[in-house]
Amino acid sequence: MKEAVEGEKRAFMSGNEVVAWAALAAGADFMYGYPITPQNEIMHYWRRLAPEYGRGFLQTEDELSAGFATIGGILSGKVAFSATAGPGTVLFQEPLSMAEMMRIPLVVVIQQRGGPSTATVIYSQQEVTLACFGGNGEGLRLVYSTSSHQELYDYTIKAFHRAWRYRFPTLVLGDGYQAKMHEALTLYNPQERGWGKVPAEPILGLDRKGSVRHLRNTFSVEEELAETLRRSLADYRKAAEELVEYEFLGEWGGELLVVAHGIVGRAARAAVRGLRAEGRRVNFFRPITLRPFPGQAFQEALRASGGALLVVESAQGQLGRIIKEALAEEESGSFQTLYRPGVGITAEEIMEAVPL
Amino acid sequence: MSELSMPRSWNRESKPHRFCPGCGHGLVLKALGEALDQLQLSRRTVFACDIGCSLLAWDFFDVDSLQTHHGRTIPVMVGLKRAQPEQVAVAYTGDGGGYAIGLQHLISAAVRDDAITVILVNNTTYAMTGGQMAPTTLLGQKTETTPFGRDREETGLPFKGPEALAALASPEAYIARGTVSKIKPLTKLLVKALQRQLEGHFSFVEALSTCPTNWRTNARETWGFLEQVMSSYYPVGEFPAGAGAREEAQLTS
Ligand code: SF4
Repeated sequence: MKEAVEGEKRAFMSGNEVVAWAALAAGADFMYGYPITPQNEIMHYWRRLAPEYGRGFLQTEDELSAGFATIGGILSGKVAFSATAGPGTVLFQEPLSMAEMMRIPLVVVIQQRGGPSTATVIYSQQEVTLACFGGNGEGLRLVYSTSSHQELYDYTIKAFHRAWRYRFPTLVLGDGYQAKMHEALTLYNPQERGWGKVPAEPILGLDRKGSVRHLRNTFSVEEELAETLRRSLADYRKAAEELVEYEFLGEWGGELLVVAHGIVGRAARAAVRGLRAEGRRVNFFRPITLRPFPGQAFQEALRASGGALLVVESAQGQLGRIIKEALAEEESGSFQTLYRPGVGITAEEIMEAVPL
Repeated sequence: MSELSMPRSWNRESKPHRFCPGCGHGLVLKALGEALDQLQLSRRTVFACDIGCSLLAWDFFDVDSLQTHHGRTIPVMVGLKRAQPEQVAVAYTGDGGGYAIGLQHLISAAVRDDAITVILVNNTTYAMTGGQMAPTTLLGQKTETTPFGRDREETGLPFKGPEALAALASPEAYIARGTVSKIKPLTKLLVKALQRQLEGHFSFVEALSTCPTNWRTNARETWGFLEQVMSSYYPVGEFPAGAGAREEAQLTS
């Protein structure tokens, strides 16, 4: 496969073009896509560039097909991805849900647009809940929220590596502003920066070693499902320690912690810098992984800021709800849980769970 | 091969299979098993099944297999085949999966001439969910959602898949309908379908099948419904593809 980027190159381009180059540089083999604004140019650039670098593309009949065809490509051992937005992200919950259950490294870039429904093709941060927790499951996904074109490039590359290493569906969450605006960044060949090849291998079919494999996502009894989920949840918790990423600006003795993600993180960082220049002791925290959420780092940042919090986002509290959950976990004395995903709960079990 | 022996491509460990007594699925899968044996394809094949009773086939064959979501078997196989053209890809689906929730995938794969083989089991009902109306339910036929018989005014005419696909598909596609009451001819259709895939083209076989559980029929009534009623509305045979697509419209720039 021909390398898409040799050495390092300064570039000035739109976020969608950045994603196409990042996927090429990462060694992605195939894109399956369906048009929806504002992610279209990812497909446009990929489709034009793909033949030169020996990569494939298929425009499918809808987002369901884009997601499931991407899964098909991945099962054959190819590094495959898709991109979508808005109502397309809604439809993508179906393939994402199957990928979550079957631990398929499905990579999807989402350029958030206004919602609910068709709303605007322009911008929002309203697809956080869908990206993190959409689907009929437990949100066992990896979600990177990017704040610059450089991060779009870095984390699109990283998404492929992380998805294949940990086998959880992985989303890169951008937005319409990032998709359309032009910005400077450095393109590089990931192999020259210590990234090996994406650890892809056939999951089904030709070239796979080992005995015949039968994969399913349906179970006849609750316990079978519970056991499968128990393993996935344990893997996810373990992976979370290695996966969480964030940015923190500030120190102990702060008066307030400003929390924002994605492109709003840029505005928040600038605001915090401005306030600090005026002598205010305001700190800044930006989760880069929204799932898994860097809860521990957030707690520390909050303690460093005297416990006062300002959450800023282009949505009605979608990041806010994730933060509230992180806060509730902190107050572990008063927030206890009896979680039994997929199986029934008896009165006796609840009585046992009540502390002495 | 005797009528009683198992095709070599079957997974012996998952037998006896999980379908109800008298179910046609086992016969379709027997025909498919024999077709795979004849062409010696089991080492090259990925078998994918839908939700519904077809999902009970998830470990039916001694070949790499996958059970997907309702209607999504076709796009998964399309994606796999595009990425790995050497693979033989078989999508196994019911009439709900192929003609209702996944119809856009079926038509699009046929129009694009994706080199996969789709096998659709037509038993005129949504079986696993308890016997609701399918696109293929016949007029007057009673189901849980047509308790007084399927009414044309309310739900239109039963869907004729091969006929519809033949009009829309690429001319190189192979399209046929067989029946589990004639297993040897059905096997032949499946062999031809797989061969067409090997030549790089789309192929589709609808198999008329039985569901005594939801039809609430005894053995004699089951075969009577299949051989007389179903077969007269759904003719078996091959349907030359591309009637509507023969005149190529190529823009010259
Ligand atoms: S319910 Fe009908 S289709 Fe399903 S296994 Fe039983 S007989 Fe076959």
